Amino acid sequence: MSRIRSRTSAAIAVALAVVLAAGCSSGTTGPAAVTGTQDAVDAALRAGGTITYWSWTPSAKDQVAAFEKEYPNVKVNYVNAGTNKEQYTKLQNAIKAGTGGPDVAQVEYYALPQFALTDSLVNLDQYGFGAFEPDYTPSTWSSVRVSNGLYGLPQDSGPMALFYNKEVFDANGIAVPKTWDDYLAAARKLHAADPAKYITSDTGDAGFTTSMIWQAGGRPFTVDGRNVKINLADSGTKKWTATWNQLVEGKLLAPIKEWSDDWYRALGDGTIATLITGAWMPGNFKSSVPGGAGKWAVAPMPTYDGQPVTAENGGSTQSVLKQSANPALAAGFVRWLNHGNGVKPFIASGGFPATTADLNSPAFKEEAVPYFGGQKINQVLTEASGHVAKGWTYLPYQTYANSVFSDTVGKSYLGGTALDPGLAAWQQALVDYGNQQGFTVSAG
Amino acid sequence: MTLYLLYTLVPLVWLVINATKTQAALFSTPGLSFGGPFALFDNIAETFTYDNGIFLRWLGNTLLYVVVGAGGATMLATAAGYGLAKYRFPGRRAVFAVVLGAVAVPGTALAVPTFLMFSELGLTNTPLAIIIPSLISPFGLYLIWVYATDAVPDELLEAARIDGAGEIRIFLTVALRQLVPGIVTVALFTVVSTWNNYFLPLIMLSEPKWYPLTVGLNQWSAQAAGAGARPVYHLVLTGSLITIVPLVIAFLLMQRFWQSGLSAGSVKQ
Repeated sequence: MSRIRSRTSAAIAVALAVVLAAGCSSGTTGPAAVTGTQDAVDAALRAGGTITYWSWTPSAKDQVAAFEKEYPNVKVNYVNAGTNKEQYTKLQNAIKAGTGGPDVAQVEYYALPQFALTDSLVNLDQYGFGAFEPDYTPSTWSSVRVSNGLYGLPQDSGPMALFYNKEVFDANGIAVPKTWDDYLAAARKLHAADPAKYITSDTGDAGFTTSMIWQAGGRPFTVDGRNVKINLADSGTKKWTATWNQLVEGKLLAPIKEWSDDWYRALGDGTIATLITGAWMPGNFKSSVPGGAGKWAVAPMPTYDGQPVTAENGGSTQSVLKQSANPALAAGFVRWLNHGNGVKPFIASGGFPATTADLNSPAFKEEAVPYFGGQKINQVLTEASGHVAKGWTYLPYQTYANSVFSDTVGKSYLGGTALDPGLAAWQQALVDYGNQQGFTVSAG
Repeated sequence: MTLYLLYTLVPLVWLVINATKTQAALFSTPGLSFGGPFALFDNIAETFTYDNGIFLRWLGNTLLYVVVGAGGATMLATAAGYGLAKYRFPGRRAVFAVVLGAVAVPGTALAVPTFLMFSELGLTNTPLAIIIPSLISPFGLYLIWVYATDAVPDELLEAARIDGAGEIRIFLTVALRQLVPGIVTVALFTVVSTWNNYFLPLIMLSEPKWYPLTVGLNQWSAQAAGAGARPVYHLVLTGSLITIVPLVIAFLLMQRFWQSGLSAGSVKQ
């Protein structure tokens, strides 16, 4: 009984805190963000305590161990609560219930607005973390800044590049495509020469689609407080579909589901000749596609006019939950993870950092990677991180949006028909859902 | 018929074949043929040792949820079904309506409200959050009810009463014996549904140490995607094979009871 009562009072306290915080933040509308100092964080780290950390990155275990070694007073309870979507469901449930969430959670950039805009995360400006801005790439920093709040420090980044199978390219006399027209030509040439081979695989992945629209200059989502505008037929989106439709309708894409055993097999045996994906991919190649060693290489992502421009694909941050009983300590852990000694174990495990100092360090840039035939791939990838197009925004309910992607756009992929009707259906589903969730959503 | 056999057997054959492959062979050989070194025993050993032997813990959790949850559900369904079939009391029709209604509501639809309720009670992320909801089996209750109406003759109960037996004793010594085929059927149903339960544990539990096999294996499978992916498909497959073995054994052992239960009442004696 006392257990129940204490939980209830804790829930009330949390609710009160939320109300108070909401009251405070509504007073400071305007560009002048709240900034505090890091003294509270340093004091909390000295005092110690226990925090719970939800994450699924392979480096989390090593990072927690290293952190506890550096701060023996702090105990971090590391929990792998599930991979992306699953963890977000649990987070959402815990937030709804008012209790049961962790102090610190890993959140991908696309899902961050969902938690930030529902006022579930601590604004790290209050600890003065805004001062770290110059230390990160602009694209990742803008991913953790949501409507004037700072809701995490960037961990990794995923500027996109073109990974291609050099062996397959050479055998079929294909040059590395610089523009999307080159890419289409390469797709046709390859498939005609060997019907078992495809330029790439795409069975409809929301993260890939939004990144491709991002690169093409499309900005389908506009968010202003509770007002959301969705236009999945803007000029940038049309630019992308005009290219990609030709691959979908021409049956030039391998019908292989991403991340399946088939997919890994296809990457190793040359069935899939290229991958357009985030800079975090090399680690996966090394650990999971041993058959491709020495065959794959990296080039800048093809563009529409030959001018270098790219987008982000993937990448995540760590956020402090409002539910946390010790937010200052939790913020200290986040600072250590992504602005302190936590970055090293992350890079060591094959992660692609967001910190400019690490990206530009000679050791990182000059590393000749044996898997990629000794190519200095980080030069290409770091350069890509400087060419990420600006001004992209995700929906405040992007995890839901991604989960219904296959019901709408997936049909176009399945039938091998133009993507535009599928995108229109997706847009309709997103407008309806957003309005049900209390947003004011308009199309177009 | 052939098509049906193919449809049901091919996935099983695929699973057995691929559980014998190493991760590397899995990624380099065709799905429906053996290839690479025969690694079934290595895979089994690795499944039980990977990630500090968490698989064994998941197996133990599943057994706990099945024994306590499905076992309890069977007992409750038996007692309640028998009572509803053999006693006349006010409100009986209302209970009938509620039970029938409950059969129609899928458990998945109740998962989120159940989560919020358990969160209020401070029971989320504990085994009780899985066991308590699985104690309730409206379908099992309904099955026993229908079965008891036919299989336990009222005359038998009246004879026992005339001999001076109390109601509890009648239930335990006379009725229960008649109900065995029905109970086994219900037990089979609840065991299978608890063993395969996925969504409820998925949202109730956040700590892997309380996961049942279904959620745990999915976590291993999800490891294969995204930045820093660590695919362990060979362990997921071997784990899945190990997971279905106890169910196959349960079916084989209980099949004869089940069949006699299905045919009860089909012939007028």
